[in-house]
Amino acid sequence: MVGIKSYGAHIPRFRLDRNIMQMSLLFLGFAPLRGEKAVANWDEDSITMSVAAAQDCLKGEDVSKVDGLYFASTSQTYALRQNAGIIAAALDLKTDTRTADFTDSTKSGTSALLAAADAISAGSLNSCLVCAADMRVSKVASNGDYTYGDGGAAFLLGKDDVIANIEGSYSTTHDFVDRRRLEGERLEHMWEERFIRDAGYMKFIPEALAGLTKKYNLNIKDFSKVIYACAFGGAHAALGKGFGLAPEQIQDPMLTTVGDTGVAQTLLMLVAALEDAKAGDKIMVISFGQGCDAFFLTVTDKISKVKDKKGVKKNMANKAALGSYEKYLAFRKQMPSELGIRGEEAMFTSFSIVSRDNKELYGMVGYKCKKCGTPSYPPQRICPNPDCGAVDQNEDYRFADKKAVLFTYTSDFLAPSIDPPASYGFIDFEGGGRAGVDLTDCDTNALKVGMPVELTFRIKYADEKRAAINYGWKAMPVIA
Amino acid sequence: MAEGIKDKVAIIGMGCTRFGERFDAGPQDLIVEAFTECLADAGIEKNQIQAAWWGIHMPDISMGRGATALGLALKLPFIPITRVENFCATGSEALRGAVYGVASGAYDICLALGMEKLKDCGYGGLPLAGGLGYKAPLTMFNMTAPGGFAMMATKYFSQYNLSPQDGKMMLAKVSAKSHKNGALNPKAHLRKEITVEQVINAPIIAWPLGLFDCCGVSDGSAAAIVCRADMAKKFRQDPVLVKSLQISVSSGEEMYYTKWDGSHVEPAYRAGVMAYKEAGIKNPREEVSMAEVHDCFSITEATAMEDLQFSPRGKVKDDIDAGRFNSDGAQPIQIDGGLKCFGHPIGASGLRMMYEMYKQLQGKADKRQLKDPKIGLTHNMGGFPSMNVVSVCIVGK
Repeated sequence: MVGIKSYGAHIPRFRLDRNIMQMSLLFLGFAPLRGEKAVANWDEDSITMSVAAAQDCLKGEDVSKVDGLYFASTSQTYALRQNAGIIAAALDLKTDTRTADFTDSTKSGTSALLAAADAISAGSLNSCLVCAADMRVSKVASNGDYTYGDGGAAFLLGKDDVIANIEGSYSTTHDFVDRRRLEGERLEHMWEERFIRDAGYMKFIPEALAGLTKKYNLNIKDFSKVIYACAFGGAHAALGKGFGLAPEQIQDPMLTTVGDTGVAQTLLMLVAALEDAKAGDKIMVISFGQGCDAFFLTVTDKISKVKDKKGVKKNMANKAALGSYEKYLAFRKQMPSELGIRGEEAMFTSFSIVSRDNKELYGMVGYKCKKCGTPSYPPQRICPNPDCGAVDQNEDYRFADKKAVLFTYTSDFLAPSIDPPASYGFIDFEGGGRAGVDLTDCDTNALKVGMPVELTFRIKYADEKRAAINYGWKAMPVIA
Repeated sequence: MAEGIKDKVAIIGMGCTRFGERFDAGPQDLIVEAFTECLADAGIEKNQIQAAWWGIHMPDISMGRGATALGLALKLPFIPITRVENFCATGSEALRGAVYGVASGAYDICLALGMEKLKDCGYGGLPLAGGLGYKAPLTMFNMTAPGGFAMMATKYFSQYNLSPQDGKMMLAKVSAKSHKNGALNPKAHLRKEITVEQVINAPIIAWPLGLFDCCGVSDGSAAAIVCRADMAKKFRQDPVLVKSLQISVSSGEEMYYTKWDGSHVEPAYRAGVMAYKEAGIKNPREEVSMAEVHDCFSITEATAMEDLQFSPRGKVKDDIDAGRFNSDGAQPIQIDGGLKCFGHPIGASGLRMMYEMYKQLQGKADKRQLKDPKIGLTHNMGGFPSMNVVSVCIVGK
């Protein structure tokens, strides 16, 4: 039976306290919302968060066996140029991989997951990675501005050694107009909150649950966790009560800790549920967005073998206060910010270089000298070991998943950055090789020569004139 | 068998503009100002110059590429001119072309002129002139010049167990010394003495480097006329002889291999070794009377003292603390104020360094004059500690 072989999550390090938002936005009205939301760093987006979740998911897995990658988001970076293709490049997946983007609805994360399961069932794919992430930007002081959080989840689906079997599914579609954004628009529009709550969540989630339980003759009492989407805390609780669920059966929607992460919401909840699951547990998932996808899983005994995951738990622990709403606006380019005249200098993008050197730039693939074993990044055709110097005796060698330590660093106030100072340094890889990289998600005062770092796929710069977001690998302190 | 260039070429004339934020002057003004002084100093006519080397690093923001900028500005009469560029060592590269042109026997008299007009870019620090190619934005981290060198300071402190406080104090003394010298130089950009406390308390530019750990950014030009050593005394009684002029360029070992320690500049050491050998210098610490080194940042000067073998590895702090490199010390460094006080119009800097060595050897350095220096050295570095070019030129009487 098809199931989940592995899971991964990414929740951005920054948290924005909704009280801080309110202090800045009180002049536009009071919004009675509690808690905090996860905020992607300025160099993150739905692509980079998917890569981060996928790195977590693929740790210890045989990447060469992956032959499918589905990406879901309602805040995908490119409208033309496949976003899944960028993620596949960053993960250095083999070229004979089927990739597709799923979008336009917050249920598209579960749609991608079910499509992957079906492709595997049909025998078209063997091992399919599903990534879902959202970084939605809304009008200042809007409901979305307060409630949306950023994050991503990833699942590897396959037939063998699964930790949870996907037992069955049931989907609905309603042209229910809660939120919308036309092609070319940056900020979304939302209809009345009460309408969305009462005519949306409170109606479609029960409908999907009823449909699934009827189709497979299920008893909700048998489920250890029921996961269902909801953007409203009160309505989420009311739904659970209505279903007759005991409190421990209801998976926390993380609305006051992470926020509503769109396509990733139910999938992040599924990661959290799997983190606490034991063999035999049954889990139900119901997503929301112009209808619902509902499916259920049974956890297998392989769940006990899962280890070294960041998952939701470690990501939740790795947090730092953003501290200011204005900083959030600057990160999302909602507020024109002075980067100095130096920051106005145009950065050109040559797409023939992006394509030709794709493995190097996005996959962080360098060379390893077959004669002396010296790795090099960027790839050097002539071995940089002065005692070797072999020409073209190289094999591809991926650095992105290697451990590294900080060789030296600085934090630079002259370099144009939306979040100065810009920190960067040289890192030395375990097993050899040295690279100069930007440092991100770090406290500049905590940087030290020799500290362990890990690699993370991030935005390097936006070339708006040429419609390009350019990505690359940066280093950050290890998330332990 | 290569013979080298020792004592084959003499400098018979030099010129140097006032360096600074010359919002009053365009590129042509700077070139003509340096050349006019240089020609008058050499006491020759313009049409005696047989070939010229023109140094400019960022032509795209001032005069454009090619050698025509120099020919057109100076109305040089259809002679061979070559534009050279080698990062921040461009000025020394121009001098190298002229010196080797004469040493080869091809010419009797050559001109080297370097100029940079940086302050039309509209912001502080060196302009971004796209000089690293189309691929650079896709691969490079968000690095500036101060940041590139700050990483060497971070590593130096770590390697030699200096606390940030001790490390910054060591570097502060480097800058305070140069400001003291520069205050006496009418051609310098920054002419104020500063205290070590001011240096330490200045705003951070790129940790651990603060504002006064960084050299200024300025406009300027400098020039030299060189000729065959055996004819130099026809023009003047006090020519300055070139003992050696070497350049070393990174092999990639520093960036792509992991043996480099990050706290020294390998090509600086290598260029020094080559230059000392050619000049016949056995003990640089004792034999080099004075030097102008590439103090783009305080840490660069500090590590250059070790790379040039003026101080033992890891021990430059002892020499700085003892005042060895002060104007009244055993081995004065940056007696003109250095890049620290002149700023760094890239194409001109290597020649500006030589201008001070030339004047000192002739006894014409006014209030900065040292007592009877015998051997002067310039050290001109381009690039970052991890990949760079370094020239070392040794001159004497």
